[in-house]
Amino acid sequence: MLNKDISTSVKKKEHDGKVSGQLPYISDVKLDTLLYGVLYRSPVAYGKVRSIQLPPLPAGYEKIGAEHIPGNNFVKILKEDQPIFANEWVNYIGEPMFMLVGPELDILYQLLEQVEVDIEEHQAIFTLKEAIEQKDQAGIFASHEFGEDLDVIQSIEKNAHQVIVEEYETGYQEHVYLEPQGMLGIYKQDEILVEGSMQCLYYVKNALVSALACEDDEVRVIQSPTGGGFGGKEDFPSMMACHVAVAAKVVKKPVMLLFDRAEDMEVTTKRHPAKFKYRTALDKQGNILCMSVELFLDSGANAGLSPVVLQRALLNSAGVYKIPHFHAKGYALKTNTVPNGAFRGFGAPQSFAAIESHMGHISKKANRDSIEYKRNYMVKQGDPTITNGKFKDPVLLEDMIMDLMKVTDYAKKKAEYRSFNQKSNRYKKGIGASFFLHGCGFTGSGERDHIKATVKLAKTENDGVQIKISNADIGQGVLTTMSKIVAKELDLPYEDISFPYPDTKVVPDSGPTVASRTTMIVGKLLERAAKKLKEQWQSGVAQEVIEHYVHEEMIPWNEEKFSGDAYPAYAWGINFIEVEVDTLTGNVRVEKVYGSFDIGKAIDERIVKGQIDGGLVQGIAYGFMEKMTSKSGRIQQKSISDYGPPTAMDVVHIESKLFDNPYAGGPYGAKGVGELPLTGGAPAVQAAIEDALQISFYQIPVTPEYIIESLMKKAGEALD
Amino acid sequence: MIKFKLNGKEVETSAPPTLRLIDLLRDEFDLIGTKEGCGDGECGACSVMVNNLVQNSCLIPIGAIECADILTIDGYSKTELFKILSDCYSEAGAVQCGFCIPGMVMASAALLSENPNPTEEEIREGISGNLCRCTGYNMIVDAISLAAKKGDGIW
Repeated sequence: MLNKDISTSVKKKEHDGKVSGQLPYISDVKLDTLLYGVLYRSPVAYGKVRSIQLPPLPAGYEKIGAEHIPGNNFVKILKEDQPIFANEWVNYIGEPMFMLVGPELDILYQLLEQVEVDIEEHQAIFTLKEAIEQKDQAGIFASHEFGEDLDVIQSIEKNAHQVIVEEYETGYQEHVYLEPQGMLGIYKQDEILVEGSMQCLYYVKNALVSALACEDDEVRVIQSPTGGGFGGKEDFPSMMACHVAVAAKVVKKPVMLLFDRAEDMEVTTKRHPAKFKYRTALDKQGNILCMSVELFLDSGANAGLSPVVLQRALLNSAGVYKIPHFHAKGYALKTNTVPNGAFRGFGAPQSFAAIESHMGHISKKANRDSIEYKRNYMVKQGDPTITNGKFKDPVLLEDMIMDLMKVTDYAKKKAEYRSFNQKSNRYKKGIGASFFLHGCGFTGSGERDHIKATVKLAKTENDGVQIKISNADIGQGVLTTMSKIVAKELDLPYEDISFPYPDTKVVPDSGPTVASRTTMIVGKLLERAAKKLKEQWQSGVAQEVIEHYVHEEMIPWNEEKFSGDAYPAYAWGINFIEVEVDTLTGNVRVEKVYGSFDIGKAIDERIVKGQIDGGLVQGIAYGFMEKMTSKSGRIQQKSISDYGPPTAMDVVHIESKLFDNPYAGGPYGAKGVGELPLTGGAPAVQAAIEDALQISFYQIPVTPEYIIESLMKKAGEALD
Repeated sequence: MIKFKLNGKEVETSAPPTLRLIDLLRDEFDLIGTKEGCGDGECGACSVMVNNLVQNSCLIPIGAIECADILTIDGYSKTELFKILSDCYSEAGAVQCGFCIPGMVMASAALLSENPNPTEEEIREGISGNLCRCTGYNMIVDAISLAAKKGDGIW
């Protein structure tokens, strides 16, 4: 029985298969008559396709292109603008134009090299800067504006002591899930089966129904064990699924599409680069009178998920602060570069890096300690959100900050570092903090209007219970946490709950595995389903129960006006980070990392700790290590070491703490945890480096090059 | 013919000497435990032991393994030492997506057999050739440290 506190950790369901390497990922699947696919990708950033010339194809090799797609030649994420095979126009380097399939990969790659395409090149837009300058001609995928009237802002600015104008930029981030993307299409008499590495089974299924123009029961999607996602396997796999499904249908054989690392890094979605422009009016004492922000996301060549990433970026543009007279405006802009998509945090990490940096810089202007300054503006329970929703649940930020200031001995440490830095010429030490939140679940009424989640529990005659949901375990522990919730409700041993990798033939659509929604939304539905099953329980009889999403009424969300409650609940976090900077090389050594989080209630403490550690390390690396760039439309980092994600030697022990704050709408009080821990890493590490060097930075990552440049600039200014 | 020892058994192959060891293991011997994360020797997911040293099997042409003793996760997972590591990985919460884990276990085994009582720094260095994107490494470091204690005297 699972009589213990739900937070007490258990052995993960799939542990043995993973640790022994015997649980098959998609690349481990062996089939007779398996064919491989390789994609011919556009060598041009923007142009019109004139002709395609293939070399003679040996027997058993075929070209699969747009002409083979029975239905729509696009994957619709939000707009119908992602061609499955780009046969008329190409919009970015690497866009798939057609696929070659055949039995030998070596031969397929040789054939690819002999393809000749003629494309009429057009003037492309390569950078966010160009896209901002030409946004009215180039393309705006989405924009929103809300908050205080600009007239009011103008008159406040006129009477202000000073107006701080600041720009801030964030770069790409690459997921580097350890398992590259992979998808397998299997032709069967009465259906096309697609298996692969993915987060969202029904996104994939819906894309297949559209592309194959077939009935709902003619396609079937099974999730393979998935070697990491972080958002990278949210929207992207739908396209690959269409490629292998169309091909399998034509050749009537199984077709496998596996990316190698270089291909994965060059053509899959990434975190949106972003630019922020702030105008903040201050009074004589440095208090904020008003703030307006404009933010721009580089969407890449297709809209993809960018309009919703923009929403989350905007919703977090004031951070955890109640800013008087706040105004925000944002754009998702088109460039002829690889499309950007979902990445853990979904627009929020950019916004928090920016607002935390800006608030830190203002506090310096006001000659006040940044933590003390930020605390003056911190939201409290009952406060309005920036969209006139309401923070209706308790906000524990203040307690969390007080606690970490005590644990880190903040004031003493500040003084110690100041005196250390006075004595030390080369090495400088600093401490920085970040405060953040994450809105759990889909934005606004998305859960009610778009997702409409359904879950099932099936009981066998042997009284075993199977979980039927479409949510994917991608390493975050869904197989285990969901099983624990059901076991606890049914008073059954955890081992009696089975949760196979989901198959759309078997499981209903409980929504995608995104937005920190699985535990909170789907977990709650399972809790309710289990309660229902318990009431109806008849030993020795097969039974099935179904539960549907029920919307919790809030202040209604209006997407047009950008007003109302954007989220049902918020998870909160704070980080303190200590660094040592080598001013000779610009290298930063992270020495201490602290994190405190309110995620409601942990369903499994060890799993939550894993989310905190992993997310925070990704977030810290986003702030100072991981740099990806695009030049003339081409991603420059094609290998893992070009890009530079952290190794075990770049990381230190993380001291983390959970603050219980159960949320009535989540199972056992749980809120979302997947994305939150990444968000605070970058701003805290930037703040720590700024504290060490007494320099302000205006972009992340704060690389050694950027540090040295800034130090030289500072030295130059001192001489002037 | 290239002859070598694979997971304790004498085997041979007629595959060309330029074939990568990882392909030989996965395609000819159907040993799926060794994963390919990059093919460039950068991620360590394909780590195996060659004559008791941990190596990236994606960088080794099989012409170089004549007479060598190759141990993969598929063979190692049948040992008592593996059970200790597996339990410790579970207890420490070291496994998330799992794709790096077979390679990480091989690197852990190699480290512990050479240094049965590693310090935290030595553990970090020992697995620095193996990337993990899920855990942030600390729970893996804890797992290895735990395994050193639990397997005291047998590493």
